Amino acid sequence: MSQTQPIITFEKVNKWYGDDFHVLRDIDLLVTPGERIVICGPSGSGKSTLIRCVNRLEEHQEGRIIVDGTELADDVKAIETVRREVGMVFQQFNLFPHLTVLENLTLAPTWVGRMPKKEAEERAMEQLKRVRIAEQAKKFPLQLSGGQQQRVAIARALCLKPKIMLFDEPTSALDPEMIKEVLDVMVELANQGITMLCVTHEMAFAKAVANRVIFMDQGQIVEENNPHDFFDHPKNERTKDFLSKILGH
Amino acid sequence: MAAVFHPIAPRPAPARTRGPMARIRANLFADWMSTLATVAMLALAAWVLPALIEWAIVKAVFRPDANACQAARGEGACWGVIAEKWRFIIFGRYPFEQQWRPEVATVLLLGLVTVSCIRSFWKPWLGILWAAVIPAFFWLMGGGFGLSRVPTDLWGGLPLTVMLATFSIVFAFPLSILVALGRRSSLPAIRTLCVFYVELIRGVPLISVLFMASFLFPLFLPVGQSPDVLLRVLVGITLFAAAYLAETVRGGLQAIPNGQVEAARSLGLTYSQTQRKIVLPQALAIVVPGIMNSFIAIFKDTSLVTIVSLYELTGAMSLALNSDANWRPFKIEGYIFIALVYFAFCFAMSRYSLWIERRVSVGKNR
Repeated sequence: MSQTQPIITFEKVNKWYGDDFHVLRDIDLLVTPGERIVICGPSGSGKSTLIRCVNRLEEHQEGRIIVDGTELADDVKAIETVRREVGMVFQQFNLFPHLTVLENLTLAPTWVGRMPKKEAEERAMEQLKRVRIAEQAKKFPLQLSGGQQQRVAIARALCLKPKIMLFDEPTSALDPEMIKEVLDVMVELANQGITMLCVTHEMAFAKAVANRVIFMDQGQIVEENNPHDFFDHPKNERTKDFLSKILGH
Repeated sequence: MAAVFHPIAPRPAPARTRGPMARIRANLFADWMSTLATVAMLALAAWVLPALIEWAIVKAVFRPDANACQAARGEGACWGVIAEKWRFIIFGRYPFEQQWRPEVATVLLLGLVTVSCIRSFWKPWLGILWAAVIPAFFWLMGGGFGLSRVPTDLWGGLPLTVMLATFSIVFAFPLSILVALGRRSSLPAIRTLCVFYVELIRGVPLISVLFMASFLFPLFLPVGQSPDVLLRVLVGITLFAAAYLAETVRGGLQAIPNGQVEAARSLGLTYSQTQRKIVLPQALAIVVPGIMNSFIAIFKDTSLVTIVSLYELTGAMSLALNSDANWRPFKIEGYIFIALVYFAFCFAMSRYSLWIERRVSVGKNR
């Protein structure tokens, strides 16, 4: 790892759902600024929980998580500071159906960033152009296709100019024809140097953009490597088994 | 050679049969069940309507003539009772020559409510309007500053009904939102308090709440220190209505997927911003019918304040007829009259509900 200060640090993080579902087990992870990490693993392995801990949509019970110099604990102000630095894209898009596309995007800049309305709208249009959907600004989310909705969601997350982007299975709820338009936007974003943590099973995407691929199973990081070695020379038997299942056909 | 995909151009749906005959057939005589129902309804109307028309119109007495009414008893309605007593029914015991005051006050208040119902008027000036109209209402009703004083126990009739309904709705609605949010709070103390409040209020009838507000509450205060009975009753109705409304609102809150909250929080919105901008607008839009249900119930429940000697519309009608032996037998006509007044208000609220339902669902569906 390089000398630069990590932007995300996980130190011996443990998390349980309820009393006996140990979902994250001794997670240690350092992410350097600009790094693009793809996380994969079977369902229930804790990969979504891991990235949801970065903006504290999930609370961890043991260990430390430090994001951009701020440790995540019970301090609400600290959490809100971190959330401004971290954008998130969800599997189910989670756009606000009662607001137009433009209002979805200007919400955070006006209320969290205290930006004047006009400036927020300019920035929103800039982000909508970036995801190539500017002509839909006045529509409501449910009038758009799934792929368009997910691109709006990406634009919304970018409106506060976050340093880190989290993607939680962004293409899993999409029709096959729409996956590419979303991945194209994500590849462009990756090329612009933003730090990315992406839970996905799109292995072509992982090969194309990731610096590092992490494989998780049963709450643990089983193996991590650069994409070339990860896919061509997996070390762990569990990883080999998983890859043979998802790449096997 | 590869097959070529030829899209078929879209064309309009086939024309439906129109015209009155087609409509009558489709709606009234579509199949034998529907035909049977239509015939049964026509038979029922033929049986009931002639007698009703004869009683209500043909043999009815419209003049305020007590002797004529006595003569027509049992055969024709006595609408004369309304012609004779309408001012007492509408304004209760309010001093007769001062009754222009509740009239103006009620028109002002209803105008304010009507304006407030229109969404494009939800601007800062509306708050200023409320701040101006409410003192004007109480000045007109209660007197002072050049008008003679009228104590609150003389207020009555429709102005009292409208006032009680308006203020209890206006205060109960925000309170119910806070209670609904409180019941879902992660802080155990707040949650317990809200659950306790809702369950306590729902466990007792409104009449007992009114009794407590009117008779029990003053016992705990030094003599002469107790707030006006009207205020106590208003607080009672408000607390009662808010408990029911809170459960309706909570139903709406529960219908909002957690992903909405997560998306808002991930953007850095605070708890209160998330509730105000994301959760409540969607939750309240879902439960508009339930909320309006409660509002209509509140409007009609104000008739219960009669039992603590406040003579709103229903009470004023009873009082007007009971206090005059000549007119006492004509309660049915009196009840029909106030039923029409209640119906006019409740029907307006119900139509408004449908209108606002359509408005708030704009954009949510394709």
